[in-house]
Amino acid sequence: MSTATARTLPAGPQPANRNSLVMGTAAVCAAGTMLMFGMLAIWFKFRDASPLRTDEKGKLIHDWLPSEIKVPEVAANTLMITMVIACIMAQWGVYSARRNDSSHATLSTLITGFIGVAAINAQAAIYMQMDMGVRDGAYQTMFYAVTGTMLVLLASGVAFSLVAMFRATAGRLGDKQVMTAHAMYWYFLTVVFCALWFVVYVQK
Amino acid sequence: MSTVEVPSLTHSPHPTALGLAGEWLTTTDHRRIGRMFIGGAAVWLATMVVVSTILGAERIASDSSLVPADSVLQLFSLVRTLASFGVMIPLFIGLAIVVVPMQVGARAISFARVASLGFYLWLIGSGLIVAAIAANGGPGGGNAQMVDLYLIGLALSILGALAASVSLFSTVLTARTAGMSLADAPMLAWSSLVGAAALLLTLPVMLGTIIFAAVDHHYERLAFGGNEGIMTWLGWAFTQPQTFIYVVVALGVLADMTPVMARAKQPLRGAVVIGLGLVTTALVGTVSQTSHSLNWSGSLTDKAKSFVPYALYNLLPLLGLVIVLATALLAVMSGKPKIIAPYFPTALGVGLIMAAVLGNAVQRIDQAGLAGTVFDEAALTYLTYGSVLVAWGALAFWGPRIWGKMLSDVAVVGLGVLGFIATVLASLPYYIAGFANQPADVASDFDYSGPQSLWNLLSTGGHALMALCVLAAVATVIRARMSGVNATEDPWDARTLEWSVDGGAR
Repeated sequence: MSTATARTLPAGPQPANRNSLVMGTAAVCAAGTMLMFGMLAIWFKFRDASPLRTDEKGKLIHDWLPSEIKVPEVAANTLMITMVIACIMAQWGVYSARRNDSSHATLSTLITGFIGVAAINAQAAIYMQMDMGVRDGAYQTMFYAVTGTMLVLLASGVAFSLVAMFRATAGRLGDKQVMTAHAMYWYFLTVVFCALWFVVYVQK
Repeated sequence: MSTVEVPSLTHSPHPTALGLAGEWLTTTDHRRIGRMFIGGAAVWLATMVVVSTILGAERIASDSSLVPADSVLQLFSLVRTLASFGVMIPLFIGLAIVVVPMQVGARAISFARVASLGFYLWLIGSGLIVAAIAANGGPGGGNAQMVDLYLIGLALSILGALAASVSLFSTVLTARTAGMSLADAPMLAWSSLVGAAALLLTLPVMLGTIIFAAVDHHYERLAFGGNEGIMTWLGWAFTQPQTFIYVVVALGVLADMTPVMARAKQPLRGAVVIGLGLVTTALVGTVSQTSHSLNWSGSLTDKAKSFVPYALYNLLPLLGLVIVLATALLAVMSGKPKIIAPYFPTALGVGLIMAAVLGNAVQRIDQAGLAGTVFDEAALTYLTYGSVLVAWGALAFWGPRIWGKMLSDVAVVGLGVLGFIATVLASLPYYIAGFANQPADVASDFDYSGPQSLWNLLSTGGHALMALCVLAAVATVIRARMSGVNATEDPWDARTLEWSVDGGAR
């Protein structure tokens, strides 16, 4: 009888259950939705508490948005449309992963991430066009706080896209839950941006 | 035949101190992560109890000067912040992280690294909170940079709690062993699920408010009232009914322990689940950030208009608690109870939580005139110390699975009873003083008819006694860990899953 001794590397943590990634992402999305909707609720509270004034058309409105500030609607609307396109790209990734199509899955996540970067760029363009300081007033402070939080969420979406892209590139398409979770996250980003766009950029 | 001997390098039998520290700091073992949460909570509990004792002593005589007058509001804020984010949330998150994966037969907790990250975020955040207040920050603080630091610490603590909640939430939903449906999941797992979901839905609202307040405070302080306005905007997260969400796991502990003590199957399991869910309806009231009080005046329609939201936001959690207690009683009546030591502190603790929930329902009646009095502070003390007693019972119950040793029955029961007395002493006098209009968050310059020194003296004594209990509890655990009796495989004859899986102490 012979005896051999082998040494192994330390065991890593047990791999998470595949479904747990989708469930965990759903939990994060729910928390993120509450975060943004909670912030928008406070935004509403401040807007409703602002005094009333008559606008140039003679309509009685809340004096919330300072008259010297012009919201760049074209950039905001473009950003909104961009977000919807990101969702379509992310869903394309799910479609490709289900068909074990590594190249299209990689391409779709790459485009999704690129669109995310474009969205961040569009937000930066809005800041530049508005040209207002964070110290200028309550509206300005709150505007930067709520849109800045959205920017952080967008950046996390881009990071998620990069992770999904590298997994797709490496051919780990058996791992379809990653693509599903990735798409879910971008749907969440789009929904909360829709709300933000309507409240901050449309209703003002 | 050949034999291959494969030594495990994960847990070396005789690691160096540095190696052991490294193993703990980088661990993905849910038992270690949970124990780190519990250990951290014990430290902040001791801090909170000491500060509460000092503030109580300051209130005994109106001319006392133990604490500088301009620090009083900060210290009261420290107690409130630590009660919620230093004690209740981490204590039960830690307990759930340790026990729930074993209960549901999971090989590991889902997203172990996220749970670990959650611990470190919470630890750094809570440390920053204490450091900021110590350096004249926090609500009402005079150092603007330290006020900013307090808000950052609070945000980090919230992110930590959220990360751990995501991990727990996913574990219960997706990592249950084959054949265990959600309906079969133990009550602690259920309560962890609803508690984690409630945290995931409420704490982000607080985080959003902190972001606004922090940006506003850092720049021009135009909208959120600067340092004095912090508690106006965030106070809802440190008081009832939001705090009920932080202790819903405590009810799961009772619901799991009762059938074991009663030697009976839990009757009406579905009702227990409904009860746990009803307690978390508190979130509906809290995220609206409005105090839904009852104004019993005017016409019948006015009374009804006031009563419906009041009942929805304040009585539903009470109903949930009553259901959990009633089903526990049913289990006891249907079996042949054999009292086990951990049940004492658990049952006493849930009784104290009940006193807090009842107190909240009374406090929200406008005609009682309790707004802005110490009544709210007393309810928070009942809730915090009650939850600590439940956690003590839970540690004694699941300790054999956590560290492989039994805690002394005498210590478990004795400290449970002493802790109960301490809590009643610390809280009940302020329930009475609340009716006499003793103002909240004020340590001097108040005067009302009645033995105000006696109420404040009793309350201070209660906090001091609780401080001794905490120290004794820590000593009991350390002693048991080092020289306690080895636990058998299933010391309580519970016959549930966590006692049959590999759960050796680490």
